[in-house]
Amino acid sequence: ILHHHIAAVEKLPLTTSGCPLVIQCKNFRIVHFVVPRERDCHDIYNSLLQLSRTAKYEELYAFSYNPKQNESEQVKGWQLIDLAEEYKRMGVPNSNWQLSDANRDYKICETYPKELYVPRTASKPIIVGSSKFRSKGRFPVLSYYHKNKEAAICRCSQPLSGFSARCLEDEHMLQAISKANPSNRYMYVMDTRPKLNAMANRAAGKGYENEDNYSNIRFQFVGIENIHVMRSSLQKLLEVSGTKGLSVNDFLSGLENSGWLRHIKAVLDAAVFLVKAIAVESASVLVHCSDGWDRTSQVCSLGALLLDSYYRTIRGFMVLIEKDWISFGHKFSDRCCQLDGDPKEISPVFTQFLESVWNLTEQFPQAFEYNEAFLLQIHEHVHSCQFGNFLGNCQKEREELKLKEKTYSLWPFLLDEQKRYQNPLYNPDFSPELTLLEPNTVSFNFKFWRNMYHQFDRSMHPRQSVFNLIMNMSEQNKQLEQDIKELEAKIKQRNGQSDAFSVKEHQQPAHPAPLALKTPPCFKKEQPLIPVNDAVRTIEGSNAADNRYSEFVSEFSKAEPAVVSLEYGVARMTC
Amino acid sequence: MEFAELIKTPRADNVVLHRPFYLAVEGTLCLTGHHLIFSSRRQDNAEELWLLHSNIDSIEKRFVGSLGTIIIKCKDLRIIQLDIPGMEECLNIASSIEALSTLDSVTLMYPFFYRPMFEIIEDGWRSFLPDQEFELLSSVTDEWRLSCINKEFSVCPSYPPVVIVPKSIDDEALRKVAMFRHGSRFPVLSYYHKKNGMVMMRSSQPLTGTNGRRCKEDEKLINATLRPGKRGYIIDTRSLNVAQQARAKGGGFEQEAHYPQWRRIHKCIERCESLIKLVEACNDQSHNMDRWLSKLEASNWLTHIKEILTAACLAAQCIDREGASVLVHGTEGTDSTLQVTSLAQIILDPRCRTIRGFESLVVREWLQAGHPFQQRCAQSAYSNSKQKWEAPVFLLFLDCVWQILRQFPCSFEFNEQFLIMLFEHAYASQFGTFLGNNENERSKLKLLQKTMSLWSWVNRSEELCKFQNPLFEANSLVIWPSVAPQSLQLWEGVFLRWNRPSKFLDEAHEEMISIIKYNKELQAKVNALRRQLAEMETDDRMQENL
Repeated sequence: ILHHHIAAVEKLPLTTSGCPLVIQCKNFRIVHFVVPRERDCHDIYNSLLQLSRTAKYEELYAFSYNPKQNESEQVKGWQLIDLAEEYKRMGVPNSNWQLSDANRDYKICETYPKELYVPRTASKPIIVGSSKFRSKGRFPVLSYYHKNKEAAICRCSQPLSGFSARCLEDEHMLQAISKANPSNRYMYVMDTRPKLNAMANRAAGKGYENEDNYSNIRFQFVGIENIHVMRSSLQKLLEVSGTKGLSVNDFLSGLENSGWLRHIKAVLDAAVFLVKAIAVESASVLVHCSDGWDRTSQVCSLGALLLDSYYRTIRGFMVLIEKDWISFGHKFSDRCCQLDGDPKEISPVFTQFLESVWNLTEQFPQAFEYNEAFLLQIHEHVHSCQFGNFLGNCQKEREELKLKEKTYSLWPFLLDEQKRYQNPLYNPDFSPELTLLEPNTVSFNFKFWRNMYHQFDRSMHPRQSVFNLIMNMSEQNKQLEQDIKELEAKIKQRNGQSDAFSVKEHQQPAHPAPLALKTPPCFKKEQPLIPVNDAVRTIEGSNAADNRYSEFVSEFSKAEPAVVSLEYGVARMTC
Repeated sequence: MEFAELIKTPRADNVVLHRPFYLAVEGTLCLTGHHLIFSSRRQDNAEELWLLHSNIDSIEKRFVGSLGTIIIKCKDLRIIQLDIPGMEECLNIASSIEALSTLDSVTLMYPFFYRPMFEIIEDGWRSFLPDQEFELLSSVTDEWRLSCINKEFSVCPSYPPVVIVPKSIDDEALRKVAMFRHGSRFPVLSYYHKKNGMVMMRSSQPLTGTNGRRCKEDEKLINATLRPGKRGYIIDTRSLNVAQQARAKGGGFEQEAHYPQWRRIHKCIERCESLIKLVEACNDQSHNMDRWLSKLEASNWLTHIKEILTAACLAAQCIDREGASVLVHGTEGTDSTLQVTSLAQIILDPRCRTIRGFESLVVREWLQAGHPFQQRCAQSAYSNSKQKWEAPVFLLFLDCVWQILRQFPCSFEFNEQFLIMLFEHAYASQFGTFLGNNENERSKLKLLQKTMSLWSWVNRSEELCKFQNPLFEANSLVIWPSVAPQSLQLWEGVFLRWNRPSKFLDEAHEEMISIIKYNKELQAKVNALRRQLAEMETDDRMQENL
């Protein structure tokens, strides 16, 4: 177990067999140890506590991790995802949108990236003025541009409106955004917070846009709860799912009380609202919450994912995360507790995003190039601190840490093992004329994500995974196609030869050898695909019976190999 | 009685059919003795809907001006709406449907009128006979015999004419045991585990009453199934409390003192009243997450699933792991008992996971064992007039099978559709298989002569191919399902079948099947090519030798 993955260590009361030690991980693995001597246990406990709480970035695993890449590969890895390229793909800059250099030295907004796209009509004074009127200086900028509809998703933080303050530049800024959209004069302003929270913020001199002060806006609250609610919601969920000998009703009422699925649904509902505004009304949308880096990132990225099939490819999904999460300053370091910091800053906002995506993959099994393992792997590495991508809270901080020189990027590694993350059912032409996904958000569509929260409790998962089977089969199909080609070529060649056989006898000895080489794989392939592994099970979950599944064939377990090998790597490093 | 008397308006034009997720269609509605037929003959979109009256669970009517609306709720949980112009027509049609869907007499049911349009290759009524089953058994053990004691249904009205009992117990003893068991359901063989010779028996509760009656023959009978020095388990599907209360009504349970070689375990499977609540929750299209989860919880459906699976796993564990014989019973031994014995067999016996094996299991453990299908499946989730003998016992069993199927998707020869088909036919069918409450009633109704068996239809290759699981690879092992709440799922194929668009899921499923098919084709081709190459090889070598 990677030290960075440890979320909590707990010492339980002494028992006859020794001192139990429970380690809870950020990837939802829970490990129980029994240490025979209490003193040892105490030492281990203290060391783990210290090791899992890193004070400085430089002590994180990413700075010591060495995947045997040379420098040029490292540089190339970091260049793999190029956001300028991505904006070009969307169709900006264009006659309405331009690249602004206002934030070149992070002067206007520390938590934004350097390159920002704004409406052409928004001059620098407007930008500066607007940023002064927005919390943390996060003024409205482009997040996604929909080429066909000419509509944009923009993002910002809450206005510092208090009860009556207004700012002409900010009003101009919003007008510039709605004017940049020739197809619809109106624009939507989505405040992703519950109305009550937004109103409370007014007392602190913050708040939300007054529809009277801004021309042609339609203002809408969508009611996603804040990071503290989400944190305690996950806490409750984990308490329920971690209970032993759980009854169905306790599970369901626990699930209900945690509110977790309700929050996931709220996030997805907000994204659906955004998508409707763009796809149906061709209206631009400005999204914000309080600081514009949690709920705003969720809604903007999910909206783009629903609108644009590119983000449903493996590479596109990486781009989406780079853009809406990493570059726009989602505070990964604080939210995932990479350093020993304020526990009130921790929140599973990104996990919720991944879970929303997973829910979509369940509803549209053919629309996504990637599979569940891909989402789980990304989740793993957001917390592992093994790669530089998710370190720090914003781009400025990352530059100061010189992450691009000192650490490696996760994306090339994921691309290298792409095969494992491919969805065998993916159909790139899925609803061709309409790349838009319209998910059904009736409650029964939202399910508990067992493979996330019980990733390591193998006993709970289906013994045979249809998905893995199909994945192997479609992989095997490619190999078989290859084999057929080879065999046909060989037969052809042989036919040619046997015609010529009587003439050229000396060619003969060359033939048996290749066949002999070819036979072993053929026998291997004809073996049944399903491992015989049912013999070692008991009634799981009904009682406290221990898990007797040791002979489980690793290939068929969920996303195990990579995790294990990664941990071996760590084990070696820390020993 | 003539059906024509009940049909006041046999036909109505310009009727509009509404179904969720489909466009409304206009067409003609016809009523026949057994069907409601809706057909639209528009050129671009000709379609027909045939609905058995016996499939209709409830019917509601509404009026807006002269436009009448009938909402029909079916036993397979589908809901359709028909807009019928004309107040009188609408009222007539509604009352006709109501009358036709609640016919009292079994002999008026469709199976007695249905004439098959297919060629009968194998008579399903003769596909699964007890003699065949016994023949299989006697090839591995000679400790059991086929008793014809119930030939005229004289000893136990809900048992089949022949039953399998220990060889050492004669018919006279059986008669005495029958007097000691509720409804005369004396212990009979349910399953023989070839691997270790352990058995599972089922019966009803013993009639010990308050003063602790005992029956020497009963003790002898069940002890006859034990190996010397071995113990057995009695799995009572009631809680200890309920079992104790049963004594006041003359029932009871086996006292340790009288059955010293047996350990009694109470695994409570409560009688399920929750289908209505579950279906109501599933039909609620509102977007409130908390309400959905609390309704799902309040329905208790998944709790029942867990209870039943747990009891079945326990029975299977006693047999396979502990090497002990098991006797299963509840009160009457016609409901929860059968759920446990049949599911335990699916866990233990690979044969029950094949199509034919599963059909045979349903025949043995449900139809012949006297599960009162007609009473239990009289109504489904929408009926207003709920009778106390109605309960979704068989549906719960199918749901449990589906849960295991989901956890072992490659170990079953049949697919989800097969289970859904059985669910539909248990509630409304053109076949006689699920009519009547036991073999006694079936023989009185002369179903064998007068109706067609479901199995005659299913077991033809045209139908079978729809129910085959492309991933099936025979698995000879015992399969232990997980019963953790996180592992159990709502059976969407039944409960959300009509409530959500399934286009994307269906397409994905088709894609999956085509990948599997393609894989098989490629493998066959590779093998053929290899063979060809090898033949050429030997030819060459022979030539060389020449």
